[in-house]
Amino acid sequence: MNEWHKQTLTQIRDKLATREIGVQESVQASLDRIAATEGRILSLLHVHAEQALAQAREFDAQGPQPDCPLWGVPVVVKDVFTTKGMPSTCGSRMLESFVPFYDAEVVRRLKQAGAIVVAKSNMDEFAMGSSTENSAFQKTRNPWDLTRVPGGSSGGSAASTAAGHTPVSLGTDTGGSIRQPAGFCGLAGLKPTYGRVSRFGLVAYGSSLDQAGPLARSVRDLALTLQVIAGPDPKDSTCAPEPVPDYSAALNHRRDLSGLRIGVPAEYWGAGLDQEVREACEQALHVVRELGGETVPVSLPHTEYAIAAYYIIVMAEASSNLARFDGVRYGLRDKTATELKDMYVKSRSCGFGPEVQRRILLGTYVLSAGYYDAYYKKAAQVRRLIRDEFEQALTECDLLCAPIAPTAAFGLGEKSSDPLQMYLTDVFTNPLNLTGLPGLCLPVGLGTTSGLPIGFQIFGRAFDEARILQAGHILEQSLPALPSPAALSDL
Amino acid sequence: MDKIDPRDVAAIADLARLECEQETLHTFARQLDDILKYMDKLNELDTAGVQPLYSPVRHGTAFRQDEVNQEYSRDEILGNAPDADGAYFIVPKVF
Repeated sequence: MNEWHKQTLTQIRDKLATREIGVQESVQASLDRIAATEGRILSLLHVHAEQALAQAREFDAQGPQPDCPLWGVPVVVKDVFTTKGMPSTCGSRMLESFVPFYDAEVVRRLKQAGAIVVAKSNMDEFAMGSSTENSAFQKTRNPWDLTRVPGGSSGGSAASTAAGHTPVSLGTDTGGSIRQPAGFCGLAGLKPTYGRVSRFGLVAYGSSLDQAGPLARSVRDLALTLQVIAGPDPKDSTCAPEPVPDYSAALNHRRDLSGLRIGVPAEYWGAGLDQEVREACEQALHVVRELGGETVPVSLPHTEYAIAAYYIIVMAEASSNLARFDGVRYGLRDKTATELKDMYVKSRSCGFGPEVQRRILLGTYVLSAGYYDAYYKKAAQVRRLIRDEFEQALTECDLLCAPIAPTAAFGLGEKSSDPLQMYLTDVFTNPLNLTGLPGLCLPVGLGTTSGLPIGFQIFGRAFDEARILQAGHILEQSLPALPSPAALSDL
Repeated sequence: MDKIDPRDVAAIADLARLECEQETLHTFARQLDDILKYMDKLNELDTAGVQPLYSPVRHGTAFRQDEVNQEYSRDEILGNAPDADGAYFIVPKVF
């Protein structure tokens, strides 16, 4: 099928449902696109061609299932989710040979909706990073410029979806790991409210921050995917007993942004923003006003403390979560050790890469006797201040908006030698995770200097994804569509 | 003044069941020191009386019946073990 890789999830889904295209044809188009582009971008860790095609044959034989909203649609899933019978490495040597016997709840729901998982995507090891350079296996390239990073930690999902491997992929966002790579690769991406989507089968990194969500080429596709994965799960007690509205229907309830108060937090629009990011995002604000939205200056004065609070909390949680990797039940074991403690130490030291070890060490430090109050408790107090001021701003406004990052995608190797410099790139994404609130990334154009996509984010109230998606959808319709990613435009 | 030196890193590594080469201990000490100094920024804020927020969860603890809904076979559960004898996980001797 011509230009399959440029079609949206909604288009592909509709053509499959009416049998305008077959499931085998669609899965083959996905595999062909992977074969054509993957050598350049290195976005995937495992491709399940045979299983996907076998499943597609069964689907074609059965015919469309009206109760399955993603029937026959190929999807890519970040390798942080467990997938039954498929490797799930988390980008780590530690889990290189791990093949789970159960699906993560989000994967189970995708499959139940008729989606076919064709591949697992690359990521920063255990989702710890902002560039996907911390993968133990390969460095993913940005499809817009092969010398740049795709962002992270869901950089594999973002690069893959931008390349058109599948119309949608799943990522996770602990400190910006869906929104920032979506922004760097010119995609729409959604971090749902903490508790909107089950974390069962999502290998835990920062348990009070992690949230799964979709990356796609349109906001409508995010709405369709969120519908499938959202909602309570008895296997995750942090998953909220909140009703799930009809997100796709909500997109049709609005024609413009009139009556919406949209806060513009000064701290996200100050000095330090690259000129091209400022231009593209201010142009988006201009379009918001043309569409009838009222933009209101607001202040989130604790924003400058968010990175410090975020990294203390996430490292503390990571050090606890990663204690489970002990070489006993699954994962890598050093076979040279002759007694138990030595086996733990050697297995963990050769299984974890340097960034994971740094975060475990810092997390252990901030939780240790004598430092707990000074670091962990202090950070949790600052977290409260940050959440309170977001909630205050969101009582005065319906939504807030900000750039995704101070710059477009940075170069491979540019920040990887200095961990603190890498952490500082998360300045506009970390605060939201501390609050648990939802946020959307929307591409708003190409930078006038770099020619790279510029991402814009829209924050909203807890469990108010419908309004964020509505506003994003309307804004998207009024902005020029991005061209194909430059480094793949010949394919 | 350094907040953390290579000896401290070695002590924390032992708690976290990690071990590092001498050179790595020095690199980690320098990097961890930079990061911890950055985190001192939080001390600019007076947080006396602020209740810590450890989780964004707003709903109360979810209760459900403790019932078996799904069972996995012993073979499936032992399938990823680095060493097992068909019935148990095998580990090196404790002492």
